[in-house]
Amino acid sequence: MNRRQFLAAGLVFPIVTPGHRFEFPRDHGAHPDYRQEWWYVTGWLKTARGEDLGFQITFFRTKLNIENSNPSAFTTRQLILAHAALSDPRHGRLRHDERAARVALNLAGSRQGTTRVWVDDWSLALSENTYSTKITARDFSLDLQFEAKDQPLLQGNAGFSRKGHGAEEASYYYSRPHLKVSGAANGSRVTGMAWLDHEWSSQYMAAGATGWDWCGINLDDGGALMAFRMRGKDGSIAFAPDGISFQPLRTWTSPRTGTIYPVSILVKAKAKEYLLEPLMDDQELDARASTGTIYWEGAVRALQGKKQVGQGYLELTGYWRPMKL
Amino acid sequence: MFRLSLLLRHADGRALLSMFAIALGVALGFAVHLINRAAVNELAAGVRALAGEADLEVRGGRAGFPEELYARLARLPGVAVASPMLEVETGMEGGGQTIRLIGIDPLRAALLQPALFADDPARRLALLKPDVVFVSSGFENSGNKKLGIISGLSKVELDIAGVLPASSLRGIVALTDIATAQWRLGRLGELNRVDLRLEPGIDREAMQRTIAEMLPPGTYVSSLDAVEESGANLSRAYRVNLNVLALVALFTGGFLVFSAQALEVARRRQEHALLRVLGLERGGVMRLVLVEAAVLGALGGILGIAIGYAIAVAATNAGVADLGAGFFRGVAPQVEFPLVGSAAFLLGGIAVALAGALLPALDAARAAPAQALKAGDEQRMFGRAVTVWPGVLCIFLALVLIPLKPLNGIPVAGYAAIACLLLGGIFLMPFFSTLVFEKLGPNKNIPYTLALSQLRGAPGQAMVSLAAIVASFLLMVAMAIMVASFRSSVDDWLGAVLPAELYFRTSHVGETAWLDPALEAQVRALPEVERVVFLRSTRITLDPSRPAVSLIARDGAGLHFPLVGKAYERKEGDPPAVWISEAVADLYGFHPGKEIQIPIANKQFKFVVAGIWRDYARQHGAIVIERSTYAALSGDRRANDAALWLKPDASIAAATQALQALPGGRLLEISGPGEIRKASLAIFDRSFAVTYALEAVAVIVGLFGLSSSVAAIVLARRREFGVLRHLGMTRRQIGAMLAAEGGLLALLGVGAGLVLGGAISLILIHVVNRQSFNWSMDLHPPYGLLLGLSLLLIALSSLTAVFSGREATGIGPVRAVREDW
Repeated sequence: MNRRQFLAAGLVFPIVTPGHRFEFPRDHGAHPDYRQEWWYVTGWLKTARGEDLGFQITFFRTKLNIENSNPSAFTTRQLILAHAALSDPRHGRLRHDERAARVALNLAGSRQGTTRVWVDDWSLALSENTYSTKITARDFSLDLQFEAKDQPLLQGNAGFSRKGHGAEEASYYYSRPHLKVSGAANGSRVTGMAWLDHEWSSQYMAAGATGWDWCGINLDDGGALMAFRMRGKDGSIAFAPDGISFQPLRTWTSPRTGTIYPVSILVKAKAKEYLLEPLMDDQELDARASTGTIYWEGAVRALQGKKQVGQGYLELTGYWRPMKL
Repeated sequence: MFRLSLLLRHADGRALLSMFAIALGVALGFAVHLINRAAVNELAAGVRALAGEADLEVRGGRAGFPEELYARLARLPGVAVASPMLEVETGMEGGGQTIRLIGIDPLRAALLQPALFADDPARRLALLKPDVVFVSSGFENSGNKKLGIISGLSKVELDIAGVLPASSLRGIVALTDIATAQWRLGRLGELNRVDLRLEPGIDREAMQRTIAEMLPPGTYVSSLDAVEESGANLSRAYRVNLNVLALVALFTGGFLVFSAQALEVARRRQEHALLRVLGLERGGVMRLVLVEAAVLGALGGILGIAIGYAIAVAATNAGVADLGAGFFRGVAPQVEFPLVGSAAFLLGGIAVALAGALLPALDAARAAPAQALKAGDEQRMFGRAVTVWPGVLCIFLALVLIPLKPLNGIPVAGYAAIACLLLGGIFLMPFFSTLVFEKLGPNKNIPYTLALSQLRGAPGQAMVSLAAIVASFLLMVAMAIMVASFRSSVDDWLGAVLPAELYFRTSHVGETAWLDPALEAQVRALPEVERVVFLRSTRITLDPSRPAVSLIARDGAGLHFPLVGKAYERKEGDPPAVWISEAVADLYGFHPGKEIQIPIANKQFKFVVAGIWRDYARQHGAIVIERSTYAALSGDRRANDAALWLKPDASIAAATQALQALPGGRLLEISGPGEIRKASLAIFDRSFAVTYALEAVAVIVGLFGLSSSVAAIVLARRREFGVLRHLGMTRRQIGAMLAAEGGLLALLGVGAGLVLGGAISLILIHVVNRQSFNWSMDLHPPYGLLLGLSLLLIALSSLTAVFSGREATGIGPVRAVREDW
């Protein structure tokens, strides 16, 4: 549905429908009419001393559901929010920071045409096949490049990813697994492997959904695993793609919020099973100052039997309180 | 306890009176202290509440600065958080109240001031909605869902979405989004404040210098500490003035203690002597008198603290925490009870009482018991205090102090000069009284001649009464002349600045109302109107450490001025002219002919000072420029006020109706010069309410002080009256003698009081007021009032002497004389 059509239909936000023809680099850029959009990079880093680190960088774009004819340059129509986190087992706890700003005076914004999104001094941009990001957080810094060798991997049905049973509950979604990482963490050289998701939607969650579990794993054999499910109240499953199931094996209770997270999970995807074990248990992220929520987002190893077959990230939302977007 | 009961038994009203005088001084000082503390704390807390964890604050004048500056500051390396603001005092619909409307970016403000959102993080997003405000808990809202404010000549309604937690913002404040504020106040593209928090480890002063270089003229960066301080500085001179008045009350209290104790000591001479004979040491007698005074001081102090606290609470509850001077509009302070402060005031009261009782106590102790038990020894007090040097020294010191410059804007030297003059005058009184009474010759009137020789023969006694008369009367005179001069000067000034027949302005208060050029044209086109002068007023900062100066752009700027001093004739090639108020001349050192820089619309422009005018309305200074010049430089063609001259055949009523019929005309406030004058004088009287009250108190205290000291002397002379009766004088003749004594004394005291009071009033007018408030005034002594007071004083003095004499002669000549043995 293009802009003119949805405006003509009297809608504030366009609806995600099947049959969207992805075009790159255009679809790497922002889709400002849609209610939500995010560029989400996770990955494992190795320091020069061979230590493992996990990182997460997410830029959110939100369009406000406010009609506003105010000509002021400060008039808020879009917000850019960002989370960044660094998991270092030696620190024992997630280091994280966040940013939130209105799109005004070029202090925060996102571009159409290719990936370029920023809020204050945090940014993510794509040039040719390489993404660059700069994050200066309270107690860590990341200056990383991600080189993409493969074409984007369209998720769901050719990039149309259903999130609920209702017709509108869906997103446009593609992933870029196996990104080769170079750059610096806290000023020291690192290498590694990352995963980027780009997803935009106007109705990401069904009315009854309270959160989701998600994982994106770069498999050692060159394959990629992405699995998710939307949870409803009382642990029910609001929606899950066919053949996907999550079986919690072990929980961890946050000493700060008391929230219980299933940090060790057995993921079944069709015939295959992967056991996800966290790099460390405490990877809870308090993002109340930006997106207003607390969630668990952590580096995990994927095991089959006792053998590690991949590395990636597990995301557990809505365990603190029902998720609201 | 023994002494206390004695004291209470003896309490003949004079002791009580001196206690009340001390209570009054303490109460006044304590109330001023409490109110100010509360108001200043409130202001500082207000600054902190909004600025939160900011390190630096960038502020523009009322006109502000372009919003791009905020973006540049936000991107500056070393700046962690930049929070943009548009902060204005805006008039509220339906009434003269204002509210501080603060436009913020909630996402930025949350980083500096978490308390605004801590209880409800969703408020950050709720504020992003158009035309939404959150009001502070200080805003009294009777269930209204809308906040109506005045912008230009129209009303803007904003939705009240909620109330902020009480701890987050003080005063009467509405918080809105920066975009809403810019649009609804007609200030698109402008901000007037950016709060900055720096990255850890950044050198704040270096950063302040870097930022200062980025700022347009008229915009300044200052540290938050400096901003907090400036709130207190705003009213400092006024507070010091009030505190000095409180000191005057304390001083009078001390003087009353002195005369009351002198009387007591004279009365109880035999009693004290008896105690000495019974074995009490010299020091014991002295201690008796001092303890009594200390008890008086302590009782007065405690009473004063209670009264002061009550006054402070009542004043803040009644919303007059600005002490009548309009310094703290929009803050709702809470009075606390400071233990240390109250202890200091209590000790002050005791100290004053002790100081007052010291001389009588010394005198009581010095008396030899054997002699004191006999008659005629009461006249020793002050017998030796006739040397002129201390007095001359004091007067000389006063003359040296008068021309000194103020210290931090406080006329310390001026106050000191007044104190010196007062002391010097009192010290010199015995000398003058001797001089005067020597000159007066005896005549056939026996009571008069007796009175004269009594006054000649006992200069020490005369000194006590005279000092009381002079001290109280000169304070009355000085304050009366100062206040009357000020009021008449204000009255004359109002006449000079209100030459037109009709005035109108937008809403009564606030910074957000204006008249647009379209309305201006319509007003000029009205058939009733002969001539209109429009006026645009804004605020500019010439020095970030001082409060902003008013910039007044006026049609025909050079006309209708109460100019003082010499004007400067503009020459060819001079920049445009400005006329500066006395405050600007004093504070910034400008003088006619000087070229100065004034920031207008974020640029510096050169002007030449054409003249200095008197302005009682804007204490922090005002600069007047030609409106066409201002409009050309700033592009601002709006106006705030207008003065109308009508065609000869047009009536004021018709013109008023025509104005009200214009679009937006019902939001205009239209008044004649008479009403404005009346309202202005009412404001003046309110600001001086404290001074008036003190003046009344000084009069009452002075009169009682006088009567008690006259009574002291008369009562001590009971035996003398007995002898005179034996010699054949009638009681009537003794009464006449006493009346003559009192009258002569009072006449001398009134004369000296008038001279000294007049001199002190000159210091008040030309030094204290000028340095405190930077305005000059003309001398207008209230002759009628002074004459009345003089006559009252002389009459009262004679009457007191007569009544005391009646008491003293009432016991019969035989018993009176027998008291000798």
